[in-house]
Amino acid sequence: MQGRPQATSHPPERSLLPKLEIAFRVNGVERRVALRPWTTLLDALREHLDLTGTKKGCDHGQCGACTVLINGRRVLSCLTLAVMKDGAEITTIEGLAQNGELHPLQTAFIAHDGFQCGYCTPGQICSAVGLIAEGRAKTSDEIRESMSGNICRCGCYPNILAAIEAVMQGSET
Amino acid sequence: MIDFDYVRASDVGDALSQITKHQAAKFIAGGTNLIDLMKENVEQPTRLIDITGLPLNEIQETQTGGLKIGALVPNSDLAYDQRITRRYPLLASAILAGASPQLRNMASTGGNLLQRTRCLYFYDTATPCNKRRPGSGCGAAEGFNRMNAILGWSESCIAVHPSDMCVALSALEAVVHVAGPKGERAIKSADFHRLPGDTPEIDTNLARDEIITAIELPSEDFSRNYSYLKIRDRLSYAFALVSVAAALKIEAGAIKSARLALGGVAHKPWRAPDAEQGLVGEQAGRKAFCEAADIILQGAVGFAHNRFKIELARRAIVRALEQAAAGTPQSQSVKVIV
Amino acid sequence: MSVGTNGIGKPVSRIDGPAKVTGRAKYAAEFSAPDLAYGFVVSSAVAKGRIKSIDRSAALAVPGVIEVFAHDNRPSLPSSHEKYTDQVAAPGSPFRPLYDGEILFSGQPVALVVAEELEAARFAASLIDINYETQEAVTDLDTQIDKAFEPPEKRAPEWNPSPRGDVDSALSRGPNLIRKEYRTPVEHHNPMETFASTAVWENDGRLTVYDKTQGAPNCHEYLCNVFGLAKEKVRVLSPYVGGAFGAGLRPNYQLFMAALAAIGLKRSVRVTLTRQQMFTLGYRPQTLQTLTLGAENDGRLVAVKHDAIANTSRFEDYQEPTVVWSGALYPCDHSTVTSRLARLDLFTPCDMRAPGGAVGMYALESAMDELSYAVGVDPLELRLKNYSETDQNYGKPISSKALRDCYLQGAERFGWSKRRPEPRSMREARELIGYGMATGIWEAFRVPTSARAILAPDGTLEIACATADIGTGTYTILAQIGAEMLGLPLDKVIVKIGDSDLPSAPVEGGSWTAASAGSAVMEACDGLRKELLKRAGAVSNAPLRGVDLADLTWVDGEIRMTSDPSRAMPLSEALLGLNEPITSEVSSTPDERVLQDYSHYAHSAVFAEVRLDEELGMLRVARVVSAVAAGRILNPKTARSQILGAVVGGIGMALHEETVIDHRYGRFMNHNLAEYHVPVHADVHAIDVIFVDEQEPRLNPLGVKGVGEIGIVGTAAAIANAVFHATGVRVRDLPITIDKLLALRQPTNNHAA
Repeated sequence: MQGRPQATSHPPERSLLPKLEIAFRVNGVERRVALRPWTTLLDALREHLDLTGTKKGCDHGQCGACTVLINGRRVLSCLTLAVMKDGAEITTIEGLAQNGELHPLQTAFIAHDGFQCGYCTPGQICSAVGLIAEGRAKTSDEIRESMSGNICRCGCYPNILAAIEAVMQGSET
Repeated sequence: MIDFDYVRASDVGDALSQITKHQAAKFIAGGTNLIDLMKENVEQPTRLIDITGLPLNEIQETQTGGLKIGALVPNSDLAYDQRITRRYPLLASAILAGASPQLRNMASTGGNLLQRTRCLYFYDTATPCNKRRPGSGCGAAEGFNRMNAILGWSESCIAVHPSDMCVALSALEAVVHVAGPKGERAIKSADFHRLPGDTPEIDTNLARDEIITAIELPSEDFSRNYSYLKIRDRLSYAFALVSVAAALKIEAGAIKSARLALGGVAHKPWRAPDAEQGLVGEQAGRKAFCEAADIILQGAVGFAHNRFKIELARRAIVRALEQAAAGTPQSQSVKVIV
Repeated sequence: MSVGTNGIGKPVSRIDGPAKVTGRAKYAAEFSAPDLAYGFVVSSAVAKGRIKSIDRSAALAVPGVIEVFAHDNRPSLPSSHEKYTDQVAAPGSPFRPLYDGEILFSGQPVALVVAEELEAARFAASLIDINYETQEAVTDLDTQIDKAFEPPEKRAPEWNPSPRGDVDSALSRGPNLIRKEYRTPVEHHNPMETFASTAVWENDGRLTVYDKTQGAPNCHEYLCNVFGLAKEKVRVLSPYVGGAFGAGLRPNYQLFMAALAAIGLKRSVRVTLTRQQMFTLGYRPQTLQTLTLGAENDGRLVAVKHDAIANTSRFEDYQEPTVVWSGALYPCDHSTVTSRLARLDLFTPCDMRAPGGAVGMYALESAMDELSYAVGVDPLELRLKNYSETDQNYGKPISSKALRDCYLQGAERFGWSKRRPEPRSMREARELIGYGMATGIWEAFRVPTSARAILAPDGTLEIACATADIGTGTYTILAQIGAEMLGLPLDKVIVKIGDSDLPSAPVEGGSWTAASAGSAVMEACDGLRKELLKRAGAVSNAPLRGVDLADLTWVDGEIRMTSDPSRAMPLSEALLGLNEPITSEVSSTPDERVLQDYSHYAHSAVFAEVRLDEELGMLRVARVVSAVAAGRILNPKTARSQILGAVVGGIGMALHEETVIDHRYGRFMNHNLAEYHVPVHADVHAIDVIFVDEQEPRLNPLGVKGVGEIGIVGTAAAIANAVFHATGVRVRDLPITIDKLLALRQPTNNHAA
């Protein structure tokens, strides 16, 4: 293949609506970024803040891969507009380990092999952090139901359940 | 998704004045349905008015012994609020049957009412849909219609309302409080959602320049004999093929009052006052429940892929009423259907 | 070979685990470049016809839009379809993206918008106005049965064994005849990561592409051929792959798009597909299968006939091994198996987890279950009565086959003996309970693969091979093999894979990676051993001087004489004075004679319990036991996960998965994860995995067979058979959804629907 394509003439530009200044705390760090309203929190994290740990699996709230914690609650970042989270406290998978120590759920996911390809894993772990904080799901059935918004196509569900139960019982392995 | 402008509203009055000023604006709260549809280019508002700062997130007692739920109370907060779980467990159960914990954390009470009806063709801009593009035809009627309506549909649209929460609200005869340029008004939940008729593009009777402020639950709570039974293609995180909200008042084995609403079968949560009336005075039992199901479904007509929903609905109604009568409501996490 | 602490056979945790649980693992769309632009694909709204015109003016007016590529303005591209072929291509004429205005399938990529911002590209893509000349598309397989044909060019001749005996006359004589039709729908792989390519335009004109692929070398070759680039000008990397299940075997069109734009614009471009666009890629084809079994009264098979029709596209003859198993597995003198194709106006299908096997064995094992009731023989007993030690298709011995142990151990663990033979005979409260079982079989391959092992003076071992880890555990098992070979702790082993610059490997698929890349790594490490022994022998007062390599044990950082353990030397001592790393690179190939003389299969026995609320048709899989014989298990932890995941895939296949086509538009309609159902947490209950002991003596030095696919084969049949046992009614059309179960029953009262 050679050279550039036939030059395409650009018609006069319409204008895009301007970027807005947003400030929120991400993983304990104050972040300021200028974004257009159409940027989701997911794309803000991945494309503007270099936090690619949060995954885009469907972009429509149908898989859970983009789960993050906003003010401690698990939500889907793909259906969240970043401009609407000005001032929020956001925790992503990158913010769970503290001082180089993995979060107990991270350790448990490794020990119980709670993932294969790893792509749904940040969402699964963030969702599980939310689940444990909520304190409602206790039995295996309740945990399964409460994790059903996080699809794992590799089918690691039994191992994910084992990892969560281990942490709920106070052990990671 | 087209580009759009974003503004915040400070209070209800501000929100109303902003929506009046901009014809192609929409309110946004949880965004779980709106953003989804904007990414599909199905919804194309040019301005979003963020109402999450409005003071509409309280649950308050009413003077008549009911509860008034602020429109911005998140679905999960509502489902787990002790006043709801104790007094309106049917509502709590229905909410927990829907979506996922993440979505319920985001979605607002008012937004749940305003989610658009669901249909494969509504979502796919490469196909015709009278709801999305009035006059383009209904793709579903002769197409793939497994999820679609069996009741109350029209030639122009056979989509279904996907909410679980609204089915319970309908059974509980909740009242939707709205504010508009002409002041406030209350809409009975039965009148809130519409049937498609010739205008399937209009899902609800909320005017474009109105805003939901609260949902009021009457005092009659059916907290003893109720069940929300949802039948779907997988065991969680799926829209209903059929769902049933059943609520009974039983005295000495006889039904004193009954409420029945169906989800997943029509363009709106489907109430059948005739069937409810027919149950009153009957002994709580399979015979009466089957008759009630027949009354609800007597006008049901299905399509190539969803005719089974008529029989499925019949059975689900009977079972949900049995669960309600027995005081053994369906658990949303244990998948054995009692 | 001895077993070290972290070596072969140990259930060690994934070495890529910390990267994956912290979000550090970077997938194809997560690499960046300072000049990165975003590409967004425009998909065809019609299934067949041609593009008359494209109006891109509104799109180009969006600020930040750099270019809109389409067939009418693309740079020069080769016209020969051959240039677009790849290692896994089916016979035919591969698709040429943006080549011309012809539309071959709904969702075909017809333009690429490149913009400075992701959202601007997406917005602009929605503004492109395409005028189509539309023709009627044919997408209904049922209407094309009479046009089904045997593909003239075979993808693999061995999948089409010659008939043996005289099946028709045997069937006409047989006292017991089962003749049934089974249907399986189109399924999409739907890995969680959507396909993405980040093409980084390097200053010196080289192209580095981070791609979601199961074969970096395959994509490298494709890019060189399509864009006429010198090999050294292109590098393809896939360090982490967010699932693929076969969808990443062939280069997908986002790779073409990203490269086209990067080369055309001389800047870096990323193209990520949407979930909806994932339904425009390859898929498991629809099949219509007829299975005919003839048997003696005691259940011994006399004849097996299996005919399958699957769809392919208009331009490639995609084939998969659907019927070959039916001829191979059970002993009988008469067998004919045939595979035909029918052309539809869809994209070409693509291998999906156990291609052919998953659907073909569903039919065979369902028919075997039907036979078990017809002759009154327990389904497990029926399999044991029809046990074969040879490959019935070719009369070859099977190199190793511990299927009998799978049957027996699986049955024991499951509690098969508690099964009451009659359908509808087991229930608890309102629920009917069904027990079903099935056999699984998958070919064990070994394919030529290269690998390099580098031992640094500090005792760190680096393993390098171009293969991929799509969640299969490749990183971990290769590290384990390296650790085992040199007696190192696992954290002293670094594994580099997923890079076309590394020693070449075929695509990661077919369950052959452990056997192929594993053997290559083992042989590369063996080269290091030889070099180390040479060095050890040269050390003064060397305890290992003159010792034979075969008499050495490499364990705990020590080289030890096996027959006299007092003669030993720390590995570090053998490395003393070493300034340069020692490198050993091999091209590892299977023994052709072994491949010729023996058949190689992994086997399984799958047992499933379903529970069904009969009135409502609500079904759940309460538990599954999968007993697998797959030779040596390199890592029981990750191997178990592979089986677990494949069983979940089997649950999806049995109960949930179906991509539906609106034939009026020739379009997949449920193109999202809300309406294309895959199992969620709540659908998956107890799954028990057993690896039975099996010694594979020939196929490869590791004795492994691979476990990526065997777990899904047979699972759908076991579940379907359990549904029959529970209800007494056979659903022969997957997935087994509520409507099909409901149709089985009378209504609750007299008022029929």
